[in-house]
Amino acid sequence: MSKINTIDGVLDKYSAKVYKNRKKHMLEIVEDETKEIAANSRTIPGMLTHRGCCYAGCKGVVLGPLKDALIITHGPIGCGYYSWGTRRSKGESFEGGKNFLEYCFSTDLQDTDIVFGGEKKLKQAIKEAVEIFHPETILICSTCPVGLIGDDLPAVALEAKALYGIEVLSFACEGYKGVSQSAGHHIANNSIIKNLIGTSDYKPKQHSVNILGEYNIGGDGFEIGRILKSIGYEIISIMTGDGSIDEIRRAHTADLNLVQCHRSINYIAEMMNIQYGTSWMKVNFIGVESTISTLRDVAKFFNDPALTARTEEVIADELENISPEIAGYKEKLTGKKAALYVGGSRAHHYQMLLNDFGVETVLAAFEFAHRDDYEGRVVIPNIVSDADLKNIEVLTVEKIEDKFKIVKSQEEIEAFRREVKSFEEYEGMMKDMNKGAIVVDDLNHYETEEFIKKLKPDVFFTGIKDKFIIQKGGVLSRQLHSYDYSGPYAGFRGAVNFGRDLTMGLYTPAWSFTVAPWKKESILEGTFGGEQ
Amino acid sequence: MLDVTPKLITERKALKANPSKTCQPVGAMYAALGVHNCMPHSHGSQGCCSYHRTFLTRHFKDPAIASTSAFSEGACVFGGGSNLRTAAKNIFDIYDAEIIAVHTTCLSETIGDDIPSIINSIAIPEGKYMVHANTPSYVGSHITGFANMVTGFIKYLAESTGKPNGKMCVIPGFVNPGDMREMKRLLKLMSVDFTMLPDTTGVVDAPMTGKYEMFPKGGTLIEDIKALGDAQKTLAIGSFASDAGANQLEKSFKIPYKTLMMPIGVGSTDDFIMELSKFSKEQVPYEIEEERGQLVDIMVDSHPYYDGKKVAIFGDPDVVIALTKFVLELGMVPKYVMTGTPGKAFETEVNALFEEFGVEGCISKQASDLMELHQWIKNDGVDLLMGGTHGKYIARAEDIPFVRAGFPILDRYVHSYMPLVGYRGAMRLLELILGALMDRQDRDCAETDFELVM
Repeated sequence: MSKINTIDGVLDKYSAKVYKNRKKHMLEIVEDETKEIAANSRTIPGMLTHRGCCYAGCKGVVLGPLKDALIITHGPIGCGYYSWGTRRSKGESFEGGKNFLEYCFSTDLQDTDIVFGGEKKLKQAIKEAVEIFHPETILICSTCPVGLIGDDLPAVALEAKALYGIEVLSFACEGYKGVSQSAGHHIANNSIIKNLIGTSDYKPKQHSVNILGEYNIGGDGFEIGRILKSIGYEIISIMTGDGSIDEIRRAHTADLNLVQCHRSINYIAEMMNIQYGTSWMKVNFIGVESTISTLRDVAKFFNDPALTARTEEVIADELENISPEIAGYKEKLTGKKAALYVGGSRAHHYQMLLNDFGVETVLAAFEFAHRDDYEGRVVIPNIVSDADLKNIEVLTVEKIEDKFKIVKSQEEIEAFRREVKSFEEYEGMMKDMNKGAIVVDDLNHYETEEFIKKLKPDVFFTGIKDKFIIQKGGVLSRQLHSYDYSGPYAGFRGAVNFGRDLTMGLYTPAWSFTVAPWKKESILEGTFGGEQ
Repeated sequence: MLDVTPKLITERKALKANPSKTCQPVGAMYAALGVHNCMPHSHGSQGCCSYHRTFLTRHFKDPAIASTSAFSEGACVFGGGSNLRTAAKNIFDIYDAEIIAVHTTCLSETIGDDIPSIINSIAIPEGKYMVHANTPSYVGSHITGFANMVTGFIKYLAESTGKPNGKMCVIPGFVNPGDMREMKRLLKLMSVDFTMLPDTTGVVDAPMTGKYEMFPKGGTLIEDIKALGDAQKTLAIGSFASDAGANQLEKSFKIPYKTLMMPIGVGSTDDFIMELSKFSKEQVPYEIEEERGQLVDIMVDSHPYYDGKKVAIFGDPDVVIALTKFVLELGMVPKYVMTGTPGKAFETEVNALFEEFGVEGCISKQASDLMELHQWIKNDGVDLLMGGTHGKYIARAEDIPFVRAGFPILDRYVHSYMPLVGYRGAMRLLELILGALMDRQDRDCAETDFELVM
């Protein structure tokens, strides 16, 4: 059956209105042609979407990993509670530094606060937080009702900042803003660039980078950091896994920004380029081959023979260490088929890691990516913003003369752009996919079930909400948000962990017990009624 | 671990730190999953629904389905009516639910969406149902949401034919399917004809068959909920989670109800069995007597290992109150008893237990949080901590043996299949308590004191 029929077969059940909408959100990869996909538009009610909200994108994803910031969720208890410790952004306490990652702070709004306003309670909560914990930074995140009742959070933040002499920032990340987590990324980015980056000075000691859009899930950032440091890079800041406010303040002093998750952090990458002259490069530390080519591209940027030599040395060493294990897993995994449905970035990156093991991707889907993540940044000028997105502030920034850093001349930059295609460019997921594979945006429960029936993947990489749904149907599902509490999956050692976890999942003996023996063969001897 | 928590306790009026409760809708979602062929529906922005499904899934390691109205900013201005109408059409069309159980969030509550009139404007297909409950997140906790949704089902569906059916309505409280299964076993052993609402057995503990069923075999049948108007009596297990539903049946159909403590431990299970016996007018069968005797036998056998130990218990009020009573029956000291759910009745009930069992210097507190509990422990330690997974941070920080009991348990498997209620549940609890305490003795004692037989 052709794949076009596969998509039609899935869409058939829909009413005309839903059909028309959903058809635009799915396509089959064809050769020599990049098709347009609809993305970043409103979620259809009642479809069993996987999407979360703006608060999750802002507090849960971007701000949450900042270990030394005390984050107060301003709202009823749920939002703070659910985003407490559930994304596995690891963070190491540093000497004398405070670590708030194990905590959940909330104003726990009650009905009287909804009626009379929550500002008073928020001010009191800040006061208590300052007196008990003496944080250097407090971040306040709004939830749904806060926007409706009209609490003036920027004013509260300003007042607190003056009163206590610490950094206090507020984030208007009410859950209903935008159409998904994505709006929250943007809101967090805007504040980080406006209020934090460039606010303290520092002189890097060696070739320096920031790692952008890396949240250190299961220690990914630790592994990436280990590799980069062993080559000889200085990491100025990580946004935001294992990150700290002080590091972000001096991020502008780095020579190059490495962008892992394009969706969540491309705003900062773009704006830092304009304000501070910091070039950025789309990198991918997921997958052995990807990590190697990323390391080589980064080395090319610095164009330092010692660094280049050291890069090759580290690659050779690392490969020597992992190759036997990778080969072992590859033998067991080659020829398997995978489907991926992850937030806004991993559904692409992990295809590269699967390639390392000979696993074919038959379907890839994002929850909340934009067209540029599917089709490449080249389409950005053609993206039409709709009414649901218009209230997300788009910052216009300008060059900051005294902090502008020139690492490479304009000519060198242009030459480099021609040499390395990921330099200040992201070509999107679809370009890396094989002909015949299917791409879906905002994949819902029904479509998941249907595509599994039609494409028969051996493993479906996704999140916690559908993991057990898929496994109940007899198909392995591994989580690519939480890594099923394993990891790291990034870098060289991560690839080994990933291969181990996937192999273990596919070959665990439990699958063989799915059907009871009495369902397979009759144990009853005799005849049915009336039969002779 | 939890390094910035100071020992010095200062009063907090506004800052909640490490809560021991969550918000209403997740309780409503759980209650709705306990109705057969039901799609729980979250009327708000989609983040809530995702978080709630996620939390239930992490606790049960099983699917928790639910749909959402997926509010955008526009819906906040114009109301969520069209979102709910679109959702209902899609849910009936695509997922073929028999009933949609709508709950609300702080968003739709603050906007003031009038759910009954929106539902009235929806063309619900023949033989299908839509019910609702208002579950504002800024009132109470997830337990309140559970109570509200149970009430919603009764309000919309229960009807009286005027002919009593002799059944007992059992509202089991916010407990695991393992607990509901155990309660049902005892009800059957006691020959009680009953309807349990909600009943998540067979839903969030569904077996592996190789075929996914969106609506698994379990859940209370709609026809049984309808027939609740003809019930003879309601048994509300745990006042916080179950009184509201029982009260609704009394209000609508004059069905009397009895509220019992969650049957955890000897006394509360005895009360539960006595109540069933009164209802069915049947003798207690030997099977139950045997279980009770076995439990007491184990208690006597193992008492040297738990007697006089100090315990801190936290979690949802009905479960915590019942656990407190059980540890008192064991002769342990429930030094700190805490719930995040607001309600003075909690302190009243727990204090009454302190008095009944004659323990002194113990603290009970409602609407508290895990940071406060941790501070109490820092000031005066305990031998054992009991509660949901979030307690593991305190257990590690203060090196306290920890028994996971309650909601949510996110970091262990199997627990939701196993009961805490009934004599059997008490045996299991005692095994967990003894295991934690005795493992600690094995770990900490001098090598010369290491015992083969304990």
